[in-house]
Amino acid sequence: MSDKTIICRCEDLTVEEIREWISKGYHGLEEIKRASRIGMGACQGRTCRRHLIAELARANQKKPADIGLSTFRPPTKPLKFGAFTGVDQDD
Amino acid sequence: MIKSADVVVIGGGSIGCATAYNLARLGFKNVVVLEKGYICRGSTGRCAAGIRQQWGTEMNCLISRYSIRHFEVMNESLEYDGDVEFRQNGYLMVSYSQKEAAMLKENLKLHEKLGIPVRFLSVDDVKEIVPVINTERIVASTICMEDGQANPFKVTDAYYRAAGRLGVKFYTYTEVTGFKKEGEKITAVVTDKGEIATSAVVNATGPYAKFISAMLGHDLPVEPERHQIVVTEPLDPFLRPLVMNFFHNSYCQQVLNGSVLAGYGNPDEPKGINYDCSWQFIKELAAKIVDQFPVMKEVNIVRQWSGHYGISPDGQPVLGTVPGVEGYYLALGCGKGFMLSPMIGELIAQCVAGQDTTLPIGILNVRRFKKGELIVEPAVV
Repeated sequence: MSDKTIICRCEDLTVEEIREWISKGYHGLEEIKRASRIGMGACQGRTCRRHLIAELARANQKKPADIGLSTFRPPTKPLKFGAFTGVDQDD
Repeated sequence: MIKSADVVVIGGGSIGCATAYNLARLGFKNVVVLEKGYICRGSTGRCAAGIRQQWGTEMNCLISRYSIRHFEVMNESLEYDGDVEFRQNGYLMVSYSQKEAAMLKENLKLHEKLGIPVRFLSVDDVKEIVPVINTERIVASTICMEDGQANPFKVTDAYYRAAGRLGVKFYTYTEVTGFKKEGEKITAVVTDKGEIATSAVVNATGPYAKFISAMLGHDLPVEPERHQIVVTEPLDPFLRPLVMNFFHNSYCQQVLNGSVLAGYGNPDEPKGINYDCSWQFIKELAAKIVDQFPVMKEVNIVRQWSGHYGISPDGQPVLGTVPGVEGYYLALGCGKGFMLSPMIGELIAQCVAGQDTTLPIGILNVRRFKKGELIVEPAVV
């Protein structure tokens, strides 16, 4: 990957920009997400998550498995408000 | 871990970080913040990012008015290497009934008295400001264009970094498990990483506050109430003020990146910490939002999450000392912690330092609940 490779397509973030956030002290997945918006777009991290984890593992000298994951939340894929109106099924 | 501290602040949200920053500014050399997760993990990072002055009690209005003055200059005053994204896009309060309209009128009198620039809008005015809104059932509405939004992550980060530069130490992933006392005096905070000797503790844990109080033998009547929120795909700007609807008990606003945030809390749910997402919520929210903004029907939701208000019996913050526990201070915004955090941080730091506080926080002391001196905030959503 070159420094200019975009790793978060929803939020338009390059590898270089992510490394910059890490160097500013945002070392964890949750911290860097909130600072840079990586993984907060329409795909909710499907593309960028593993690349981000690899970058964080390298920077923290940890194994990718030790970086952890952020919480997976509904909906699994983007859904329109209209998809939920006129539904009468409860929990 | 550090062995002792002048003041230990529990909670790494906006109020905890703002309090720590203000304590350091007042000259406290050894201030520690304990956070059981990461900075901004709790209610601050989960809130809908709104900032308003349109409240129904004098203290809520005043604390928010002073806070807005802080937000207006925050990038500069905290020397932040970024933007806290404070935007005065306004808050539009909408009512569908005569009863809610009467409350808005009553509140307006208070705002006029305090010099908060709120005005009544005709339905035509509403339509002009928010062309996409359904005005069919609107009976009355007010707007304050000084109100608005800021980015909760960035605001907290700005305080966190400014406090760090003044020497405040932050311990994240560190959970408070108990306290040591001599008689009524606090002598130490016990955590899962060790013990810190201190004579002053600030509880800035929002919806967790009652659990911390319980460790000190103090019964705090502030209950966690779950709210859920959704965020949409980013859209071109179309919704300028935050729209708060008393009939639907909902809030909806477009933030700087173009996403719309919309949410509400169900006051009938059992009180407690619950980070789950419910199907019921998204179904009801969709009906509330599409009723107000029919164009939203075609907008994609990308994420749903949950957080909590700390609900106090009168809907006002709980600030200051605690009778019977010496060295214990409460710094709780109670459902509006983020928007009040700049001023709560300042007031609590003054209180801990033994100075006169900028605003008379005595009336927001926790003892009011025992004495039954409640001034109930009517404009809670």
